[in-house]
Amino acid sequence: MTRIAFALVIAASAASAQVSFDRILHAGQEPQNWLSYSGGVESQRYSALNEIKSGNVKDLELKWVFQARSTEKFEATALVVDGILYTVQAPNDVVAIDATTGRVFWIYSYVPSTEARPCCGRVNRGLAILGNTLFMATIDAHLIALDAKTGQAIWDTEIAKPEAGYAMTLAPLVVKDKVIIGTAGGEYGIRGFIAAYDAQTGKEAWRFYTIPGPGEPGNQTWAGDSWKHGGASVWMTGSYDPDLNLTYWGIGNPGPDWNGDNRAGDNLYSDCVVALDADTGKLKWYFQFTPHDEFDYDAVQVPVLAQMDWQGRQRKVMLWGNRNGFFYVLDRTSGQFLQGKPFTKVNWATGLDERGRPMRAPGMTPSQEGTRIYPGPVGGTNWYSPSYSPHTGLFYIPTWDGYSAPYVKRKDEYKEGQLYFGGNANSPVPALRGLQFNNRNEEDGFGVIRAMDPKSGEKKWEFKMTEMTDSGILTTASDLLFTGNREGYFLALDARDGTLLWKVLLGSHVSSGPMSYSVGGKQYVTVAAGSSLFAFALR
Amino acid sequence: MGMLRFVLFAVFVGALCAQQSYRPDDVKAGSELYATNCMNCHGPDGEAVSGADLMLGKFRRAASDGELVGIITGGIPATAMPPSSLSATQARTIVAYLRSRAASAVADAASLARGRSVFEGKGGCLGCHRVRGTGGLTGPDLTSIGSFRKPADVERSIVDPNAEILDENRTLRAVTKDGATITGRLLSYDTFGVQLVDPKGRLVSLDRSNLRELAFAKQSPMPSYRGKLASMELADLVAYLASLKGI
Repeated sequence: MTRIAFALVIAASAASAQVSFDRILHAGQEPQNWLSYSGGVESQRYSALNEIKSGNVKDLELKWVFQARSTEKFEATALVVDGILYTVQAPNDVVAIDATTGRVFWIYSYVPSTEARPCCGRVNRGLAILGNTLFMATIDAHLIALDAKTGQAIWDTEIAKPEAGYAMTLAPLVVKDKVIIGTAGGEYGIRGFIAAYDAQTGKEAWRFYTIPGPGEPGNQTWAGDSWKHGGASVWMTGSYDPDLNLTYWGIGNPGPDWNGDNRAGDNLYSDCVVALDADTGKLKWYFQFTPHDEFDYDAVQVPVLAQMDWQGRQRKVMLWGNRNGFFYVLDRTSGQFLQGKPFTKVNWATGLDERGRPMRAPGMTPSQEGTRIYPGPVGGTNWYSPSYSPHTGLFYIPTWDGYSAPYVKRKDEYKEGQLYFGGNANSPVPALRGLQFNNRNEEDGFGVIRAMDPKSGEKKWEFKMTEMTDSGILTTASDLLFTGNREGYFLALDARDGTLLWKVLLGSHVSSGPMSYSVGGKQYVTVAAGSSLFAFALR
Repeated sequence: MGMLRFVLFAVFVGALCAQQSYRPDDVKAGSELYATNCMNCHGPDGEAVSGADLMLGKFRRAASDGELVGIITGGIPATAMPPSSLSATQARTIVAYLRSRAASAVADAASLARGRSVFEGKGGCLGCHRVRGTGGLTGPDLTSIGSFRKPADVERSIVDPNAEILDENRTLRAVTKDGATITGRLLSYDTFGVQLVDPKGRLVSLDRSNLRELAFAKQSPMPSYRGKLASMELADLVAYLASLKGI
């Protein structure tokens, strides 16, 4: 930890208060704070704050910037507790910041093992908090608890071996007295799992393997021994329904990614959402979006929970814009499929049957010579948080449209700690931004914010962009929608109709989810772009 | 290429003309012997030892073929150049190889000089293109064209400019809401704006919300030089452009 100034630490301590789980559960009642990755256990990424509205959003101005001591992507969404903002500077430094000035109180510097090998960047998406303890999952697969007042480590639990490809990039989820995480490493032939740890001690409470072992239901959906290295990673934060005591998690792709020859079967629970008992980790139900995936369509989107009138009766639903290009509505009590329609160009399936299972299009499978598949490997969307506004009733998806790649398969053998792709899928659009802006071709695809009506599954409006977007979405009670894009813009749209209300160029691509908080009645909106975190408020 | 280098070439060519011609077999054998006996210190292009540039005929202690053979076989006392076990006949093949490379370099240099002359003179290329800070801005800057384009592609762009237009060299045509038409080479564009260089070389920045039309031109503004340059002129021009590999 770097102590900046003792007095500041004291000031920080004085201001912070215990974050009970009850506060996390009812985060909507204290919108001045942002207590979990998605702003609430329903993961709607919706803020009840309304000081900033369509009539004054043009008066937003930059209040402070935190520049990370890292050139890695800044993917974290900050937490804010009573005026103190906590975030992660890549790869795994926790930073406590005065939410009104940007002044740093302390930095906890963690040096990950050199064996860490996250597939797609040394990144972290944020923290969880319970009481006065912060929790961070690291890229070398450790879960670390820190004192939120001082930034000093309380416990450090090794979750898995980084040399075998295990990594963690997600923000943990706190449920009751437990901290729940999942492991990334789907491109390294891991066997993924979700696990809960005692928040006080760091001791494992339960573990759910995302690939069933021999004798367990679902193991037969993997041919031979393919289950051992089938991936099914977890790298985005789950959600929680307190009434049902279920925690929901999206599961990653089966491995090897682009060659399913040695893993005949549906490959459960890859590309599923699983509903687990939050106390025991026992599987209550699952729904598989992409059985026997050969396209890297991880179902790692944040599960968004909503309550709505569904065909005449109130229903607990789950909204899911999936990487495979379909927008789903599920009943989250039972996992029943209610509706699913494409929200972007799709050619690998002709549609979904009455149970939500995709109807595969003939010939649309990776091949030696390459088969052009829509959407390409990044998907119709990816990890970027969607948002649901209970005020507009719309679900907003950061979308890649018209985007494809030729999927080539090849034989691959598992070797511990080495990439296990089984082919390639090289799109002219890079998964990570790198091209000049004058090289872009519209026929290679484009980014678009799509506002979907969950009741019809149809698009209500869209906001099209020249470049792709890697940004999450925030909506507010004043019907604003904040998002960003690869071009480096941070945007405010009217959540009702998509009208552009405000924009600012932040100089580098936005690959994080915006969030909002307030201090002393003044509302702030933050987003990370490039390697910096920007905070805006009305002038 | 500056005047000084022209003078050097002239002197150099004169010196080479005084040398004998070499048999292809000897050049080939010398090439192989050079690779196994000399390259380790002198490098593949003969310039790795300070003060000597073997492939351009630059030697500190020898002028004639005989003197070179003597150095190859006997080395240079009190220097890092050791004596070798090569016979005088073998050493002569190495000399043949070095002389051959030098002659090619001179021929290449002459071609480049002619190509540059076409570029700056008859071709009128500087009107649109810029090289090392000199020339127009409406076409792509060619200062490092040789580092990322193959000669065949460069030649095709000269005789058939529409055959392939790189994405970064596209021409945009924009029509504003008040009816003004603006064309230019694309520099950058995003969701909200477009930046281009207009035919007068001016930077133009447009707000897309003020545009009625925006489209890429299907034709390159570059004229075709097919039939306008003699084949030797075209070859020299391509050689010159291929030699441009940055500042």
